[in-house]
Amino acid sequence: MTAAVALEPEESTYTTMRRGLALSPELRTGIAGTLALAVVATAGKIVVPVAIQQGIDKGLRTAGGPDMGAIGTIVSLTAAMLVVTVTCGYFMNRRLFTVSERALSGLRIKTFRHIHNLSTLHQQTERRGSLVSRVTGDIDTISQFLQFGGLLLIISFGQLLVATIIMFAYSWQLTLVVWAAFGPLAFVIRHFQKRLAGAYSIARSKVGIMLGVVAESVVGASVIRAYGVHDRTADRLDTAVEEYREAQYQGLRTSVGIFSLGELAAGLVNAGVVLLGVALGLGGDLSVGELTAFLFLVALFVQPVQMATEILNDAQNAIAGWRRVLDVLDVQPDVADPVDGKALPAGPLGVSFKGVQFAYPGGAKVLSDVDVEIRAERKVAVVGETGSGKTTFAKLLTRLMDPAEGTVELGGEPLTGISFASLRSRVVMVPQDGFLFDTTVAGNVRFARPELTDAELLTAFEELGLGDWVAGLPEGLSTPVGERGEALSVGERQLVALARAYVADPDLLVLDEATSAVDPATEVRLARTLDAVTRGRTTIAIAHRLSTAQAADEVIVFDAGRIVQRGPHSALVAEEGSVYAKLFASWLEQTR
Amino acid sequence: MSDRVLGRGLRVLGQAIRDEPRRFTVAVLGSCLFGLMTIGSAYVVGQVIDRVIIPAFDSGHTTNGALAAGASAIFAVSMLKVLGIFGRRLGAGSMQFRLQASYRRKVTRRYLQLPLSWHAKHPTGNLLSNANSDVEAAWSPIAPFPFAVGTLVMLIGAVVSLFAVDWVLALVSLVVFPAVFTLNVVYSRKMSPKITRAQALRGEVSEIAHESFDGALVVKTMGREAAETERFAAKTTELRDALIQVGRIRGAFDPLMDALPQLGTLAILVVGGLRLGAGAVTVSDVVSVAFLFTVLAFPVRAIGWVLGELPRSVAGWDRLQNVITARGDMTYGSAGLPGSGPAVVRFKNVTFEYDGVPAIEDVSFTVPPGKTVALVGPTGAGKSTIASLAARLVDPSSGLVTIDGVDARELSGASLAGTVGLVPQLPFVFDDTIRGNITLGRDGLGDSDVDGALGLAQASGFVAKLPEGLDTRVGERGTSLSGGQRQRLTLARALAGGPRLLILDDATSAVDPRVEAEILAAVRAADASVLVVAYRRATIALADEVVYIEQGRVVATGTHEELLASVPGYIELVTAYEESDADRELEDA
Repeated sequence: MTAAVALEPEESTYTTMRRGLALSPELRTGIAGTLALAVVATAGKIVVPVAIQQGIDKGLRTAGGPDMGAIGTIVSLTAAMLVVTVTCGYFMNRRLFTVSERALSGLRIKTFRHIHNLSTLHQQTERRGSLVSRVTGDIDTISQFLQFGGLLLIISFGQLLVATIIMFAYSWQLTLVVWAAFGPLAFVIRHFQKRLAGAYSIARSKVGIMLGVVAESVVGASVIRAYGVHDRTADRLDTAVEEYREAQYQGLRTSVGIFSLGELAAGLVNAGVVLLGVALGLGGDLSVGELTAFLFLVALFVQPVQMATEILNDAQNAIAGWRRVLDVLDVQPDVADPVDGKALPAGPLGVSFKGVQFAYPGGAKVLSDVDVEIRAERKVAVVGETGSGKTTFAKLLTRLMDPAEGTVELGGEPLTGISFASLRSRVVMVPQDGFLFDTTVAGNVRFARPELTDAELLTAFEELGLGDWVAGLPEGLSTPVGERGEALSVGERQLVALARAYVADPDLLVLDEATSAVDPATEVRLARTLDAVTRGRTTIAIAHRLSTAQAADEVIVFDAGRIVQRGPHSALVAEEGSVYAKLFASWLEQTR
Repeated sequence: MSDRVLGRGLRVLGQAIRDEPRRFTVAVLGSCLFGLMTIGSAYVVGQVIDRVIIPAFDSGHTTNGALAAGASAIFAVSMLKVLGIFGRRLGAGSMQFRLQASYRRKVTRRYLQLPLSWHAKHPTGNLLSNANSDVEAAWSPIAPFPFAVGTLVMLIGAVVSLFAVDWVLALVSLVVFPAVFTLNVVYSRKMSPKITRAQALRGEVSEIAHESFDGALVVKTMGREAAETERFAAKTTELRDALIQVGRIRGAFDPLMDALPQLGTLAILVVGGLRLGAGAVTVSDVVSVAFLFTVLAFPVRAIGWVLGELPRSVAGWDRLQNVITARGDMTYGSAGLPGSGPAVVRFKNVTFEYDGVPAIEDVSFTVPPGKTVALVGPTGAGKSTIASLAARLVDPSSGLVTIDGVDARELSGASLAGTVGLVPQLPFVFDDTIRGNITLGRDGLGDSDVDGALGLAQASGFVAKLPEGLDTRVGERGTSLSGGQRQRLTLARALAGGPRLLILDDATSAVDPRVEAEILAAVRAADASVLVVAYRRATIALADEVVYIEQGRVVATGTHEELLASVPGYIELVTAYEESDADRELEDA
């Protein structure tokens, strides 16, 4: 019955395992051989008790003193068998580690890639940390389980089976005693197991909360100091730390409870075996050696049961981790690379929005009835108040999201039919938050085109009019930018991000407030140089600094999710009382 | 494992005992009880065989009393074992978790007290792992530690009791147990560098994933998913190979470690046979010694676990100590600021160096009471550094910053926080409600203050539209809000405290010009002196005085008009838009 608990686990666990194995077929590599080795290795645990029984009955308790010849035979035979089982154990472990690590490293990479394939929208709904655990901690729990628990579980049940068979051979009555004590235990343990799973899941969520609070206290260090809220932050930290500790302890208490149940059952069984064993012995059905061996076998029986209770705890964690990984892999990217996607036509790209609507899941409409045609090689500025829909427009244009209704076309091709490879090499967006990787300035610009030499990078900065800025950095191009670029000022990060987009050499460049933190003189200079170097390409700039709009061929004005005005700057300003005229008046007031 | 690591590891364990003496005692007592009962069970089984089973089988009958005594002795031993398990595991677990919690508190307290310059040198990821995995690593040997101590006691007991039975059999144990112990040490030595390497690679894999997901937008917009996957795959493959290495060593040692006590048992059979022949021992002596070997095989490994964890523990402990003993705390003085109304800030020849490179040099200026001073300069000129110095987030390398005539370093934390309100360039929002983000738990800030501040920051409108108003949770880093909304929220946070000095570090960059104008009008109406880092001409024009800086030095101080008349760099900066207008008109013409 104990075996039944694990061999017929809950449906969902079984499903998870099956899905997991289907996704990582490498796990089955040489499974038959590994299992065969496992059987032999496990047999090693049985040979010594049997040797003791044989030794006592045929060597020690022989009439006329111990028979050293018999003992010698038994011991050398057993030692030889131990050599075989140890060797098998080694090869089994080796295969197991190699196969599981290979398979899981494949799963890690697959999951990593899949997370990048998900849309930005989906990526944002998950906490960064939890996405990272999908490719780290969660997979570690699977590997730990497969290498320690999973095999031990199989060995344990093998051991249970073998112990039962041999016990049965010695005495079926005593075997019944053993099973009568452990059978009910299986049900009790099952009940506790559920409590334990609950306790562990609480602990997992508490550790997540704790890490969140610690991260806040680190990332928000300057705010905490500026507002003198050390005490409040310390309280928040203490609470999170303490709650995690309590959750850990609760889990431990339950697991110790389960473990000691096994020990109690073992005590009961041993006592029962002695009572019944003596009765059977008196009836002539059992020898002293057999009864002694039986007591050893009970120990062999108890050990895997206790082991199994512990392993099943790990199993709960591993299955939960596996399920989380599979769940991420199950999410179909809502913005997917089309099968047999087309390449964009060569040359400058025009853009067309046809009847486009967009709403965030469960939210109100952010864009309605957007119909707009942007000819190739035009420089277009998109303006509007915060929340008017201009960033959404940029995201649809670069296919970071797909419209709820309508189509977006690029170079006359529907965006959804264009291969990502072609799209991303020809269309580049510079987001407002100029995220930099923790490497040098050069490394960050090279992100777009790894083959560029330092000289070519310098030329690119020169072309953008940023040569002096690079020269002024402590180590020039080799200056480290720090984590997320934090060693540079916010404006400087934007300069690097812009250079990165520039060297990507796109045919359509989308700038989403890409220079919002740069000083006006630099911005104007940049605008001018960008204008020169992007001649012959299409540029769409989202801006709330209207200098950008003034310099554009054409301005598109958004208000409350709709395009309300469109045309050259001078024409739009002339429309009295219009949204743009008001925006521009306020801009002038601000800057002149 | 070098002897140094062993010695230092033992010292860390000593610290654990000093920190949690009661729980350690309970755990060791529990472990000893468990150990004694493990030996006891071998003894009891031997006795029951000798005194109950053999006489019964030999004589063909037995008494109920003898049977009951035998059975209850076996069961009683089990009960005591359970008691031992409870004491050992709950004691050890409680000790381990309490140590973890206590060191997490210590480490995070340091995060709160260490200066920002220290923070700048320690990436977030490292600080997170200090508080999490390093704490875990440091105390990783604690779970098996009391068990190991108990096992040691038990081993000594076992050897002594064996000598009481028969000195020859005892000698076998003197060979086998040290052999198991030696094998454990060899194992630990071979394993620890491999495990350390795997652990380091784990960290690197995690760092790549974190950074890559953090920059997911850039990865996506540049179409670099495949390249990023390759970068991740390269590290993952290294980790895989390291883990396989670990697996090979484990794979070899695990079966050996199981087999050694079994070989001991076989030796007992041979030696026992000889001694039985010599009449020195009884059959039950041999059986109980054999049984002892079987049951001891497992606990002996606890010692190996502790030894195996020591290198990791020492490495974790060292990283914790780096934080705990880090110096240069931002200390606050005791001076208060009794004044009311707008405060005066004065910079006197202030230089601030970062890693020996001056970020600003010899900066002097004053923000007079109730006046607005604009800090203007090109990207990277050092404006944010000056803002941080004025709020005393950092201290000058030389020179002096005073608030109302008092050296900022002498002010108490409370009076500083009560006087100065800083709105940083990048708004930081806590995973809390709108209300919590504005009050930050500061005393005496009620909903009317919150509403007032939201109004001044032009944020009432969007907050009113949120599903739960002030009680809306804004999510991790305020992800549910736009950049402009986050800026207005942090502005409201600063205004809610009624600061006497307001420092705005380009705090409205993501806000529309019209909204910004309204915000600035509100700020000027507040009863405070204002230091504002600005680019927009309107903002600058509102200022009573402008401090223009280039490359960390004050180039000119004066009114907007004065500077506009005389300072070339300033003219270029603030008239950039007009110049570009003019250029355009020229081109168009």
